[in-house]
Amino acid sequence: MLKQIEGSHAVAETIALCRPEVISCYPITPQTHIVEGLSAMVKSGKLAPCEYMTVESEFAALSALIGASAMGARTYTATSSQGLLFMAEALWNASGLGLPIVMTDGNRAIGGPINIWNDHSDTMAMRDCGWIQLYAESNQEAVDLHIQAFKLAEEISMPVMVCVDGFILTHAYERVDIPTQQQVDDFLPAYEPRQLLDPDDPISIGAMVGPEAYMEVRYLLHNRHLQALDVIPRISDEFENKFGRKHGGLVRTYRTQDADTIVVALGSVNGTIQDSVDDLRDAGHKIGSMSICSFRPFPLKAIRTALQHAQRVIVVEKNLAPGLGGILASNIRMALRGIAKPVTTVICGLGGRAIMKKSMSECLVKGHQDQLEDLSFIDMNWPAIERELEREKTTRRSGPMAENLMYAVSQDVMPEPVS
Amino acid sequence: MYQVRFHGRGGQGVVTAAELLSVAAFMDGKHAQAFPSFGSERMGAPVAAFCRIHDQPIRIREPVATPDALIVQDSSLVRNADLLAGLDHTQLVLVNTRLTMDELKAEHLKKQVGLQKIILLPATEIALEIVKRNVPNVIMLSAFCAITGLISFETLTKAVQTKFSGKIAEANILAAEKAWKLVEGLGASRMEKPEWEVVHA
Repeated sequence: MLKQIEGSHAVAETIALCRPEVISCYPITPQTHIVEGLSAMVKSGKLAPCEYMTVESEFAALSALIGASAMGARTYTATSSQGLLFMAEALWNASGLGLPIVMTDGNRAIGGPINIWNDHSDTMAMRDCGWIQLYAESNQEAVDLHIQAFKLAEEISMPVMVCVDGFILTHAYERVDIPTQQQVDDFLPAYEPRQLLDPDDPISIGAMVGPEAYMEVRYLLHNRHLQALDVIPRISDEFENKFGRKHGGLVRTYRTQDADTIVVALGSVNGTIQDSVDDLRDAGHKIGSMSICSFRPFPLKAIRTALQHAQRVIVVEKNLAPGLGGILASNIRMALRGIAKPVTTVICGLGGRAIMKKSMSECLVKGHQDQLEDLSFIDMNWPAIERELEREKTTRRSGPMAENLMYAVSQDVMPEPVS
Repeated sequence: MYQVRFHGRGGQGVVTAAELLSVAAFMDGKHAQAFPSFGSERMGAPVAAFCRIHDQPIRIREPVATPDALIVQDSSLVRNADLLAGLDHTQLVLVNTRLTMDELKAEHLKKQVGLQKIILLPATEIALEIVKRNVPNVIMLSAFCAITGLISFETLTKAVQTKFSGKIAEANILAAEKAWKLVEGLGASRMEKPEWEVVHA
């Protein structure tokens, strides 16, 4: 049914349609309205049978789900930002044990400095925790990905994280088609566990594994990701057949057929990029774009195929790996290894910095004309940075970076040291 | 694409107003996108919210930088730099105030958009009289819809009923009706047709 609805509420309604049996969450900032919506549905009896557990931390939220999932329950949680990092140890356990938990991460920045706004620092920090990571471009895709995520998770027995841009999607009202219960039931079969803790048929899950088998167990985990490379597109096709919408899959291209330059990105910024691509095409530039939905597993082959005819690749990303640059770009370079093709990194939108189409288009034109550095930034206040660097060079007690920068930005002058 | 930017203060229902406009546009079969300027959920803090209306799916995610219309729920913000940004194409500025244009001291605003595009409405007074609370958002939205002709009163009423129920919905609709009647007819004489209306005529 078509609705004009907030992203978080659309996801909450969809999760309920997927019939989770245990939901566990830590319900304070950084959270989204998703778990709030689900708790109301459990309380009212609209979502039943379902055990809704409010726990003392994100670490506990995921730990509780590890137990519930091992008992054969369909499980769900949602988090964001520091909450995801606080889950870190449990994340690795959930994937290492091969438990098909589904989680939404409303993508947000990581402190310090403290910041509650959108970027991809949180899920990027956990990119190698063994979870499958799918990124949504719109709220409709967020809805559709969650339905696919349960099917994918349970089929290959691996946890799946659906990454939905915090605020930009989670707090945006837009048109979303929420499927019917019948449609979701037809698509998503009952959960049939590969492993089950059952008092009548006792087994052990989570044994200590020594040097004699640890490598092989880790390889099996990697192998499940390799299996997912086949299963993700298949489930996306099945979804399209049943629901009439093409969402999910490994990657999706936009106007790339004769493109000399292809822009690559994750998540909701693809919408702004596609509008930019249209403008730049109208101006005669042969530019296209590619949205990566599956970041883990990273579809090396599909990406290589999609990019092989372009002369250059511009990777737009909402993270900055200090000491390296862009995480997505270095992954893209791996997909293109052996092919001589410039891959430049453009960092934007960190900590909720608005990503304006005008700035995006200017940057893409520069890239299209081979005028971008290896690593560049959209709408960065370089004068403020340079003044702070100069002061650090000349003053030993230069004070806290964040406070100095904020003061400089608010005054548009360089302040005296704070301390 | 028609773009509206809402300015006000935390507690005045600025975000709700943008969401309501998107719901009403959706009910009329349009694509619409509404979202707040994030992170300022404090009573009294300046808040902005955005709404885009289009006949095709909306992909762009940037905040509305060049609004077609500006709805100002708190007149103390008329000299605010964020409010005054990007008004080159703005066709309508609706300000909640009981002051006159001279008393409002909105010289920058006047200079940027021209006097004939600014409409003043005492929405807080209407809210206090009918809703009994300082919630000017539905009243301002109603006036906006009446002036622009973007949304019919029936659709607006239906949209309001998705957000509010019972006596609160009734009072808001009554107040909305009063605002509608106050400004009805101003549109034709005082503002040019919104761009997307021309496109779809």
